[in-house]
Amino acid sequence: MSLLAFLDILLALLVVAVAVWTIVARDLFAAVVGYVAYGLLLAFVWIRLYAPDVALTEAAVGGGVTGVLLITAGKRLGALKNVAPEAQPGFAFRLLAGALAALVAGAIGAAILMLPEQPPSLAPEAAAAASTAGAGLGNPITAVLMSYRSFDTMLEKIVLILAVVGVWSVGSDKAWGGAPAPFRQSKPYAPMVFLAQMLAPIGVLIGIHMFWTGANAPGGAFQGGALLAAMWMVIMMARLVEPPRVDAQWLRLALVAGPAVFLISGIAGEVAAGSFFAYPPSLAKPIILLIEAFMLLSIAAALPMLVAGPPNEGPG
Amino acid sequence: MTPSVLAGLVGAALVGLGLYGLILHPHPLRKLLAFNLIGSGVFLVFGIVARRGAAVGFRFDPVPQAMVITGIVVAFAASALAVALILRLSAETSRVTLDPEAWTRRNGEDAE
Amino acid sequence: MADLGTTTPGGYLLVLAILLPLAGIILSFIPGGRSAERVALWSTPFGFALASAIAVDVGRAGKPVVYAIGGLPPPLGIALRADGIAAVMLIAAAVIVTAAALYARAKFATPEGVRESRSSLTFWIMLQAIWAALTIIFVGGDLFNLYVALELLTFAAVPLVCIDGRAETLAAALRYLLFALLGSICYLLGVALFYGAHGTLDMPLLAQRVQATPVVWTAAALMTAGLLAKTALFPVHLWLPPAHANAPAAASAVLSGLVVKGSFFLTLRLWFYVLPALPADRIAAVLGWLGSAAVIAGSILALRQARLKLLIAYSTVAQIGYLFLIFPLAAGSQPWSAIGWSAGLMQVLAHAFAKAAMFFSAGLLAEALGHDQIARLGGAARVLPLTFLTIALGGLSLMGLPPSGGFSAKWLMLQASIASGQWLWSLPILAGSLLAAGYVYRILAPALSDSQVSLELPPKRSHEAIALALTIVAIALGFAPQTFFDFLEIGRPVPAGLP
Repeated sequence: MSLLAFLDILLALLVVAVAVWTIVARDLFAAVVGYVAYGLLLAFVWIRLYAPDVALTEAAVGGGVTGVLLITAGKRLGALKNVAPEAQPGFAFRLLAGALAALVAGAIGAAILMLPEQPPSLAPEAAAAASTAGAGLGNPITAVLMSYRSFDTMLEKIVLILAVVGVWSVGSDKAWGGAPAPFRQSKPYAPMVFLAQMLAPIGVLIGIHMFWTGANAPGGAFQGGALLAAMWMVIMMARLVEPPRVDAQWLRLALVAGPAVFLISGIAGEVAAGSFFAYPPSLAKPIILLIEAFMLLSIAAALPMLVAGPPNEGPG
Repeated sequence: MTPSVLAGLVGAALVGLGLYGLILHPHPLRKLLAFNLIGSGVFLVFGIVARRGAAVGFRFDPVPQAMVITGIVVAFAASALAVALILRLSAETSRVTLDPEAWTRRNGEDAE
Repeated sequence: MADLGTTTPGGYLLVLAILLPLAGIILSFIPGGRSAERVALWSTPFGFALASAIAVDVGRAGKPVVYAIGGLPPPLGIALRADGIAAVMLIAAAVIVTAAALYARAKFATPEGVRESRSSLTFWIMLQAIWAALTIIFVGGDLFNLYVALELLTFAAVPLVCIDGRAETLAAALRYLLFALLGSICYLLGVALFYGAHGTLDMPLLAQRVQATPVVWTAAALMTAGLLAKTALFPVHLWLPPAHANAPAAASAVLSGLVVKGSFFLTLRLWFYVLPALPADRIAAVLGWLGSAAVIAGSILALRQARLKLLIAYSTVAQIGYLFLIFPLAAGSQPWSAIGWSAGLMQVLAHAFAKAAMFFSAGLLAEALGHDQIARLGGAARVLPLTFLTIALGGLSLMGLPPSGGFSAKWLMLQASIASGQWLWSLPILAGSLLAAGYVYRILAPALSDSQVSLELPPKRSHEAIALALTIVAIALGFAPQTFFDFLEIGRPVPAGLP
């Protein structure tokens, strides 16, 4: 067995082991830490699957931002250290749940093993369309997201706005219009402030770079946007800035900029290129980059707002 | 055993593990964590489909990978919404439970 | 076999129908405040016009209206398709959303002196989002696109359940969200396996390539399980009654009338449009049995409820069960399959209008009397005659008594079940009607009695008018001519030579 195959099996076992830890850990904090580690390990798996774009997104959003979301939630619940005060399920129940889980996993595993060896795929079509509908983009995933299946991406940006409104709607009536609670209740912590001041500018630059190179190399608006979102969250955690008011006009515009520009260009496509969401051939790449730039803004605005939560009444 | 088959089986195992955690843990935040595990397992299945589906000459099929990226963001948004509901529920009441009848029963009569 | 991948002349209407509410969401969000309400209300006539135009186009062409987005046909691109049932559902959605918008003006208008209120902004944005999501569900042609639409629908419906912020509604919303998310992830896993097996997610293309392999069966089972959880079919119906009963009346009307029909519609699409090549008799029978169980269990539970809104919510659980009888009754290409198909769609429509009207009436009742306890409804019919007329007519449709859409649906179902030799299905159909009569009687009998009751508030005439209008539509569906049923057949794939 080659070294690579051995490492692959080791990685697989490690991923499963950390996932098991996430499930059986006694308190929430340990479970979330395990989950973040799991997200990072999963990024390696994605790289072995020749999916660096997905690896970036999984590490940033799936592992990183989700981890912040859950830890912040646990802290606000005061539940980080609790050991499930509810009655622990009995052994028979565990056995039943385990049997069901094993059955489902087995069925899925069997189905995967039975997938055809040389299945039809859309890789050839995607490559063939790369110079026409694909706007000459060097990164085929960006071509899929922004051109072939741009409708999906546009819908997904609307889903993000919906989630933000949904999170905001859970607040109380009195607090509406105000700002979410600060990320940290205590006074600014000097090393945290230093880290934020050092890290944020570098992170912002890397995020913008990731978005820009996404046209021809792994990266794109989602990955860059996640990094920018993380930087904004770091700054808010250091209490250098506070979360904005939910009725702030600039925030609303930033959140909506991505889907709005997407919609406008989609409608313009009918006029300029003969079909909704089509691009005029000569202008395709610049238009795509323009839409992605606004998407970058919207993602960078939406993710921290989703973590920040609904408007909060009163001081801290 | 190619990496993609291995990853696919890992994905299946993760779905099973997540399902176990989802059923077992009473606290909604732990359920949410387990649910994210299931989600990442499903995305892995997409991933191996992308890798296996690579016809001769291509290293991967970009369409499933794009779907995974979309799915990761949607899954995060779902988690955020669930967290907001859980936090609000705990702010309104002393404990967090998924049983809507717990409040009306405690009050002794049907609420309006 | 019609080419379902190239754009037809009227196809742009499909995109416009989707873009209208999406643009509405964006235009509502930026300025916020009263603009949200204005944008939502002003878009309803245009949405209705678009839905009607699509229906006219489908009827004139006699085949589905198709649009390949971006000019890129499937399998690489995404296509939208409107056939007979999609066009009819679009019109129904437009009407019910409009009714809900008009009904909700009183409760969800931004209060005086406040620039923007939480419940107002949330309601109008979520309503438009539900409309957008449903439009995509009805005309979408790509399975992953439909997944994103399902998520949009869930994210829009859940905040409406807990919009009043009480603990019960928050718990109900959380449970709904978790069930819905579990359903979505099952659906997504099925999508992954379908793509892995056949390399496309476009429904007609997939239908051409699909074969009865274990992978396909697994994928189909997963997708169906996920969709059943979202449609609240017995036994995964637990989330529905508290969620629908405790939401505000306008929201409940849309949730029970339209939202649950979205995932049901996708189940139809999956089995009749993607998988007709599969020998699915057993699956159809299982769905039929679950549906029958839902009819009986839901109706019995409805009989035992103390609150009017909970009774109506359990009635939804029961009536959803009828929908699943379409699977055994419309399978294949026999003459009775068309009858079964018409029956199922008629049930969807009749229930949507009747249930929306019932929830509006329940909301009216609760406001006028100050409570919705059935035990204290004595004599209420004398002070709220229009409302109880609406409930009675709606109950007529739910029971399946002539003349009403509900009667039409159940009569067609009985015809199909007898003509196909599956007469066993007639038992739950008839039993369900009997039980429905029971719970409708429970509401009407005390109301029509001689007791005295006083009003806390006089009912709003406009609300009563809206509820009555919807229930009249439910009754009018009973008079649908044969051309209506022929219209429903447009675009329905008929498998060649399969029993």
